[in-house]
Amino acid sequence: MAIQDALTADGLRKRYGDLHALDGFDLHVPAGVIHGLLGPNGAGKTTAVKALATLIDLDGGRATVAGFDVRTQARQVRQRIGLVGQNAAVDEILGGRQNLVMFGRLAGLSTADARARADRLLDTFGLTEAADRAVSTYSGGMRRRLDLAAGFILTPAVLFLDEPTTGLDPRARNEVWETVREIAARGTTVLLTTQYLDEADQLASQISVMNHGRVVATGTPDALKRQVGGDRVTVTVPVNESLESVAQRLSTAVDAPAAVDAGSRRLTFEVGTGVVALADLVRALDELRMTPEDLTLRRPTLDEVFLTLTAKEVVR
Amino acid sequence: MTTLRAGWVITQRDLAHWVREPWTPIFGLLFSVMLLLVFGFLFGGAIIVPGGGDYINFLLPGMLALSMMFGVERTATAMANDARKGITDRFRSLPIGSASVALGRVGADLTNSAAELLVLILGGLLIGWRITSDPASAALAVVLLLLLRFAVLWIGIFVGLSFRGEGATMAVQVLVWPIGFLSTAIVSVETMPGWLGSVAAWNPLSATASAVRQLFGNPTGITEGPLTDGAVWLAIGWPVLLTAIFLPLSARAYRNLRH
Repeated sequence: MAIQDALTADGLRKRYGDLHALDGFDLHVPAGVIHGLLGPNGAGKTTAVKALATLIDLDGGRATVAGFDVRTQARQVRQRIGLVGQNAAVDEILGGRQNLVMFGRLAGLSTADARARADRLLDTFGLTEAADRAVSTYSGGMRRRLDLAAGFILTPAVLFLDEPTTGLDPRARNEVWETVREIAARGTTVLLTTQYLDEADQLASQISVMNHGRVVATGTPDALKRQVGGDRVTVTVPVNESLESVAQRLSTAVDAPAAVDAGSRRLTFEVGTGVVALADLVRALDELRMTPEDLTLRRPTLDEVFLTLTAKEVVR
Repeated sequence: MTTLRAGWVITQRDLAHWVREPWTPIFGLLFSVMLLLVFGFLFGGAIIVPGGGDYINFLLPGMLALSMMFGVERTATAMANDARKGITDRFRSLPIGSASVALGRVGADLTNSAAELLVLILGGLLIGWRITSDPASAALAVVLLLLLRFAVLWIGIFVGLSFRGEGATMAVQVLVWPIGFLSTAIVSVETMPGWLGSVAAWNPLSATASAVRQLFGNPTGITEGPLTDGAVWLAIGWPVLLTAIFLPLSARAYRNLRH
């Protein structure tokens, strides 16, 4: 365990009846990064966050946040964390400012300090104009930003974001992403759970993929993508050509089986090094005297990483 | 100290709700006043108080006790909503004492109920209710009413924390009516069939209603049994017993949020 780790979890276990919500969950997150925790519904992401945020008791294992043990030093941990859960946990009847002043005072600030802090956060999160309106009149994105501001009331060492953009429209989602980047840029370590792969891809410098209560893979988004195999080359075959014969011919050229999508007339080849395969394909197409409608080269998406990793888990 | 201060901050949150949405508490108060008028004027003419006395003088202390008991529904709903919406989790993620959340609820609901008592007492005086005892006894009556409210607060906190679905608070809303009416709050237990009257006499609400009637110098409608001489002691004993049961259960339900 490196001394500067903001978060450590070793062999965390949590059972709900027959369900092993956490089943040997390990995680080490260095200070100052955004770490994505990715997994399907029911993988145990929320349980992991709740355990690290001192909200639930563990059945086994040991976890520290900012150097403090979540079990024996819960108060110290709570002074150093912010928690933003799945539903915007803010008071809807009160205004945004009232919410922040309340949470600030509960976090131990004097009323005057809490007011000053609230004003600064409202400014930072772009809510100054709506500060005194009831939260029930806020848009989804504004409510989320207020929720984030509340989680940021003490400039936490570690901020837990549990699916912060679930249910938001793309614009509000971008606003939240921008805010999360700013938070991280100020030195806060962020643990972000999400089931949106592009979200993890956009925000996180490290990703842990979780399934059945444990981490099944950890790495940078690129490393994880490499882990599931090579690049993908996709050829869209014109309608006047035979899909089967073209598939056969190109398959030989790149020495890889073709995944055929008859509907969109796309042939996809999983290849080792994309650029080399691309050259081979172009030569073969030339020999066939065929001009493809489209020809693309891409890395595997995180979706493919995710499906590959979690599918393996189901089998074992 | 931090527990108390945090509790006060959470109480202030509810007070701020009333300023923001005054109609919610106002409708709550109007509902109590409406019940008072329905029973006082609509049904009152048909109700005879055993042992004699004016029905309005019998009714008003009963309505005061009833409104304290009905408060359980407000407490349970507020606790369940906060738990369901994640606000309780946010409170729990803050460095505050574990009793703060409950203390905040107690502060807010006792304040609300004290306001309700004030409105009902003033309303009662307007429609002819009279206190015929001394101020000290009247003050003790108010204390006993708030003691009952304090006791059912813990029932509400326990229910709200244990059953967070909306169904549970609906169940409380429905159950509170038969429990409220199966007492001597509106009619004397002596007008009920024998066995039913015995059950109603054991309702904690009956103890508080009878004690408060005595302390205000109003007719109790009861001529024999423990609700005569022992009413004040029962009105202390029942809430203390309920608190002794439901306060630890509430604390356990709060700890069980960690499971």
